[in-house]
Amino acid sequence: MLKDITLGQYFPGDTIIHRLDPRTKLLLVLVYMILTFSINGFLGYLILAVFTFGCIFISRVPLKFVLKGLKPIFVFIVITGLFNLFLTGGDPVFHWWIFTITKQGLYFAAFMILRLVFLILGTSLLTLTTSPIALTDGLEHLLSPFKRIGLPAHELAMMMTIALRFIPTLMEETDKIIKAQSARGADFESGNLLRRAKAMVPILIPLFISAFRRADELATAMECRCYRGGENRTRLHELKYTKADSAAWLCFLLLAALLLALRFLPWTGGGAAL
Amino acid sequence: MEPIIYIDHLCFSYHNEESGQDIPVLRDVSLSINKGEFLAVLGHNGSGKSTIAKHLNAILTPVSGRVLVEGIDTSDPDRLYDIRQRVGMVFQNPDNQMVANIVEEDVAFAPENLGVPPQEIRQRVDAALAAVNMTAFRRHAPHMLSGGQKQRVAIAGVLAMQPDILVLDEPTAMLDPSGRAEILSTIKKLNQSLGMTVVLITHYMDEAVQADRVVVIDQGEIKMQGTPKQIFPQVQELKKLGLDTPQATELIYRLRQQGIDLDPAVLDADACIDAIMERLHSIKHTGELS
Repeated sequence: MLKDITLGQYFPGDTIIHRLDPRTKLLLVLVYMILTFSINGFLGYLILAVFTFGCIFISRVPLKFVLKGLKPIFVFIVITGLFNLFLTGGDPVFHWWIFTITKQGLYFAAFMILRLVFLILGTSLLTLTTSPIALTDGLEHLLSPFKRIGLPAHELAMMMTIALRFIPTLMEETDKIIKAQSARGADFESGNLLRRAKAMVPILIPLFISAFRRADELATAMECRCYRGGENRTRLHELKYTKADSAAWLCFLLLAALLLALRFLPWTGGGAAL
Repeated sequence: MEPIIYIDHLCFSYHNEESGQDIPVLRDVSLSINKGEFLAVLGHNGSGKSTIAKHLNAILTPVSGRVLVEGIDTSDPDRLYDIRQRVGMVFQNPDNQMVANIVEEDVAFAPENLGVPPQEIRQRVDAALAAVNMTAFRRHAPHMLSGGQKQRVAIAGVLAMQPDILVLDEPTAMLDPSGRAEILSTIKKLNQSLGMTVVLITHYMDEAVQADRVVVIDQGEIKMQGTPKQIFPQVQELKKLGLDTPQATELIYRLRQQGIDLDPAVLDADACIDAIMERLHSIKHTGELS
């Protein structure tokens, strides 16, 4: 049962979006996030939507998969929307008992929901089209300039790699411990929240002990394979920028120029008053 | 034959923090391991056999005595990675030896650490996976593999360093019978077709039987050494050290105790059948009944 949980929901494929350098994708997602928050008109969001769904189409990831990323934060989106709807002051358009909806509230709520939705869609597309290993590699490269101020970029990346590697192993182990403890009469299903939390202790203690033992053995095995930190390390798959990366940057520059023009140039009217 | 590893009067003890005493684990062990040989180190739990293994690639260094790997002293901290690259080590639990979540990325780990150029890493990874017959699984995630397959990947991960010596510390202890057979045939193939020197630490007799030479360890000392045919017929001595004998050897031993004259140097079922058949034939011809 626990085995079915997948983390880093990579959807393998061989499209241009899959092949982009992970560094490009990480940086472009950052740009995309900033753009999402800088838009303040519905025309801008329409352009962003066309662009986003275009990317999803090119990546050949089923739309269902991408939209699944919205499910876990659906409640959060709704609450954020409601807060903005009812708590924004301005010209009232609707009033009932203690609830007042203003024109500004409607705009803010709509923008906030759109921003969150696009944020999730963009980041989902990143993790769906980039393997966890490529993602960690990309992060390590992007963070390496900060090594000089003491950021342990290589160590962080190695930790992420090992964590990803051991998630399924520890899941399997948890499953085994739960079964073993149930066989010895442990009860995880009944009682109030406190009792159930207490019932987790006999699972967590063996799990932690075994994780420490594994860590110790893994450290020895890594030393036996000549691991000595990130110095002078080479990689099987070197990261390389290609023409596709330049093309992706160009697309994003055009998108950014379009969206920023919509927002700041006087004759476009600043969208908000739409 | 020239020794590739030379262990000279090796002593080692653990320091117990609570009692403040040193607990001796290895006492005056001397042993030469020859180039290209398949050596099995036998001993029951706590005999010190794993401690010997850890001395072969400088994870532990001697309290007194020396260990030389291709002439390099393991106590020399400047040559640490030269030694570790020459002596590949495989451990008991395959899960706790893998770093990456894709087989070929994991096999590439050691050459990446050694700073090998990418094209050469590719060649080494392909060669290592081919040597353990796991090429078809190169893009798989380790947790989707069987125990025997995982352990073969662990062996490939070590082979990618291009070591001269392969040390395996109870590599089959956590595997099912078919996994054990996979690993043993892989080890034998590496020893015979690639000329790899193999040191197999084990407590399974049927594995030790297949080695060129067997060393029996007990209480941190070498108690017996010789070819399997010399060691295993000494059933009583082995039992005293808490070790079993292969079933076929045990059967012959018991028949001999009943006064039936059979060749004691029998290690497997086929040899056992031959020995008994031969005896029966000679009875038929001479008409003698004993």
